[in-house]
Amino acid sequence: MKKMKYSALALLGLAMVFTGCNDAGKSSNGALSSSAAEKVYVAPGEQDEFYAFLSGGYSGNLTVYGLPSGRMFKEIPVFSQFPTSGYGYSEETKPMLNTSFGFVPWDDLHHPDISQTNGELDGRWIFVNGNNTPRIARVSLSTFETEEIMEIPNSAGNHSSSFITENTEYVVAGTRFSVPVPQRDMPINEYKGNFKGALSFISVEQEHGHMNLEFQILMPGFNYDLSHPGRGKSHGWFFFSTYNTEEANSLMEVMSSQNDKDFIAAINWKKIEEYVKNGGGTKMPANYAHNVYNEETHTGTSTMKKEVVTVDPLKVPGSVYFLPTPKSPHGCDVDPTGQYIIGAGKLSADITIHSFDKMLAAIEGEKFDGEAYGIPILKFEEVLAGTVKSGGLGPLHTEFDGQGNAYTTFFISSEVVKWKVGTWEVIDRKPTYYSVGHLMIPGGNSRKPFGKYVVAMNKITKDRYLPTGPEMEHSAQIYDISGEKMELIYDFPTHGEPHYAAGCPAELLAPKSKKIYRLDENKHPFATLTPDKARVERNGNEVHIYMSTIRSHFTPDNIEGVKVGDKVYFHITNHEQDFDVPHGFSIIGQNTSELLVMPGQTKTSIWEPKRVGVWPFYCTDFCSALHQEMQGYVRVSPANSNIELSWSLGE
Amino acid sequence: MKSIFKSMVLLFSLLLISCGGKEEKKEGFSVDRSKAPEPTSEAAAESNEVPASQRITLDEKGVGQIKEITLDPQIDTEMAAAGEAIFKSNCMACHKLDKRFIGPSPKGILERRSPEWIMNMILDPKLMTEQDRCAKDLLIEFNGAAMANQNLTVEETRSILEYFRTL
Repeated sequence: MKKMKYSALALLGLAMVFTGCNDAGKSSNGALSSSAAEKVYVAPGEQDEFYAFLSGGYSGNLTVYGLPSGRMFKEIPVFSQFPTSGYGYSEETKPMLNTSFGFVPWDDLHHPDISQTNGELDGRWIFVNGNNTPRIARVSLSTFETEEIMEIPNSAGNHSSSFITENTEYVVAGTRFSVPVPQRDMPINEYKGNFKGALSFISVEQEHGHMNLEFQILMPGFNYDLSHPGRGKSHGWFFFSTYNTEEANSLMEVMSSQNDKDFIAAINWKKIEEYVKNGGGTKMPANYAHNVYNEETHTGTSTMKKEVVTVDPLKVPGSVYFLPTPKSPHGCDVDPTGQYIIGAGKLSADITIHSFDKMLAAIEGEKFDGEAYGIPILKFEEVLAGTVKSGGLGPLHTEFDGQGNAYTTFFISSEVVKWKVGTWEVIDRKPTYYSVGHLMIPGGNSRKPFGKYVVAMNKITKDRYLPTGPEMEHSAQIYDISGEKMELIYDFPTHGEPHYAAGCPAELLAPKSKKIYRLDENKHPFATLTPDKARVERNGNEVHIYMSTIRSHFTPDNIEGVKVGDKVYFHITNHEQDFDVPHGFSIIGQNTSELLVMPGQTKTSIWEPKRVGVWPFYCTDFCSALHQEMQGYVRVSPANSNIELSWSLGE
Repeated sequence: MKSIFKSMVLLFSLLLISCGGKEEKKEGFSVDRSKAPEPTSEAAAESNEVPASQRITLDEKGVGQIKEITLDPQIDTEMAAAGEAIFKSNCMACHKLDKRFIGPSPKGILERRSPEWIMNMILDPKLMTEQDRCAKDLLIEFNGAAMANQNLTVEETRSILEYFRTL
């Protein structure tokens, strides 16, 4: 009895202590954490302030997020087949993944860059690169669909890509791996002096964004790692970081890190453009795919291009210089004024900043420190503007806030360092979790950054989230950078491996985001524009089903006369004209993915029935209260049967 | 006896073969349940009203941007032809002329509904089924098959109305 009394008392006391703690917690810690929470909280029904486009790395696709909420809105299929929508599976989109190596259904998507006018984001398109089978893609920022993919010949490991000049004159693609140009059978150890690094300039037609590979500069066989355009005063130049200037071809982890300095290559592309316009350069036989998606026919076509103009930089004096830069620079970033070129020597502790004005003066004064394969090497001291001594290790990439500050990621020491452009003093540093690669400030590599948030994209996640087995999504952190000190406000998982990102204010894109495709603008050759045109046609063993959909039925939904061995094309036209009412299509035993057909769009799926029977198809996207009823049947008869083709709905 | 049985089996198998595997057509099953009454709307049942599709609501203009329109006594044939084309591509998947389909036939609609109601229904079916009594009852009567918003302009909608006048 006594014991019980004690326990009750103890319990009471304990409860009081807990309650007390709780109250105290609310008034002190609570206030602090709620300020970060408030900053990232986007209330139900409200929308984010910024779009963020994060590369998906080995997912091959591009993901769309909101800032500051870190919510993912969409995955845009670019280089990878995407069963969710049928991209790369539908007859219309298979050509988008065609290359000179045939159908390549995957790539390693690295660096998104939003189109610009006068150095400011204009939100027309976003360009991305495929690293593995070198390709550049253009994604529309009104449909958020991949509209064009250009394969890059003479390139390998398309990494210093896909950065655009300040009026989107060119999207630029540089090779990370140098290779024999043209490709040929030769001993690997004859790399040095024989391999070439191609830097490709792809023009962008301003109305529709169509790309054309104008010229390739054949550079010495270094690794061209990252690049950025000059802007403002340095517009007309392009800067590429290089490593492996040792030209090693094996054990590169060691052999490519022998020199204390590599180079940033400064390319006067205006000079080379003029040279090519005047008939300069060598037309070289090539074979590369150019794939264009037509929004009116909802169809991609692939064309093989057979020629490319190559330029030997030595033939254009004054077009290319090397700026010595310590320790295998990765990031090669230009500040919003265009005056400073920031080289992040990834095996160094310091950040090296070159001055554009000093570079021009050094060129003028011929302050050379020898040459590499005929290309002048400028004297390091003559071009150096300053060094950021941060105390961190492994600087990788820098962006800018438009307030005179730069933010650099440090991979090895896992941190973001904020420093002042011009004085090179370190203002702040914050840890990242863990091993940060690149970072992104919306507009942070343009003339006009929107310096409110920085997103740090990490390579290692470890304990940040609930564990999900050995493989985890990579983590990202959002910092508020509106004050003097950075404040970590949010942490969210990303998809694939974001190597880079691009962001812009929501109002640049949201108002022009396409809601539907107009049925009366549908020029697809197999479209069913009115339900009375829905039909089935046979051509040998090909059966074409012209089918339309609306909530919630297929027209027709009963089809007979199909035989084993037929190749059945379902051409599905979605007759909805309302926002966010796609219909899906799938049929049992289909050796491909479903289709997701947007309002007003036509998509085609192939089915090769192998067995006699009556086989159902259905809508995969929950479309209305009668979605479960949205289904139909195809009767498949033996190959030798003489059942006539027939189709019906509601009869 | 045994042999008779055997031959019966044989006979039946022969019969089956001669049928070429053609199955006996079955007429489905029957059970004591009635077809869903029309209208199934609880509200309608409460008020003992006629089904929404047969109700005459000519005084109701519905909810939406069309407040008042006057029809010229003369049918504008050019406009009606334009309306027919739009009807064919945007509406006919659900509305047939000769029968009740997913939704009702537009034949005779002007005897039951006001021109304003018709246009409001085409222009914003979601708003109408939320706020207009007749539209709401129609949705229930037609099996919950919500009418699709086809994003037509007022002009296009007006031409469909003109087409309905010719039916």
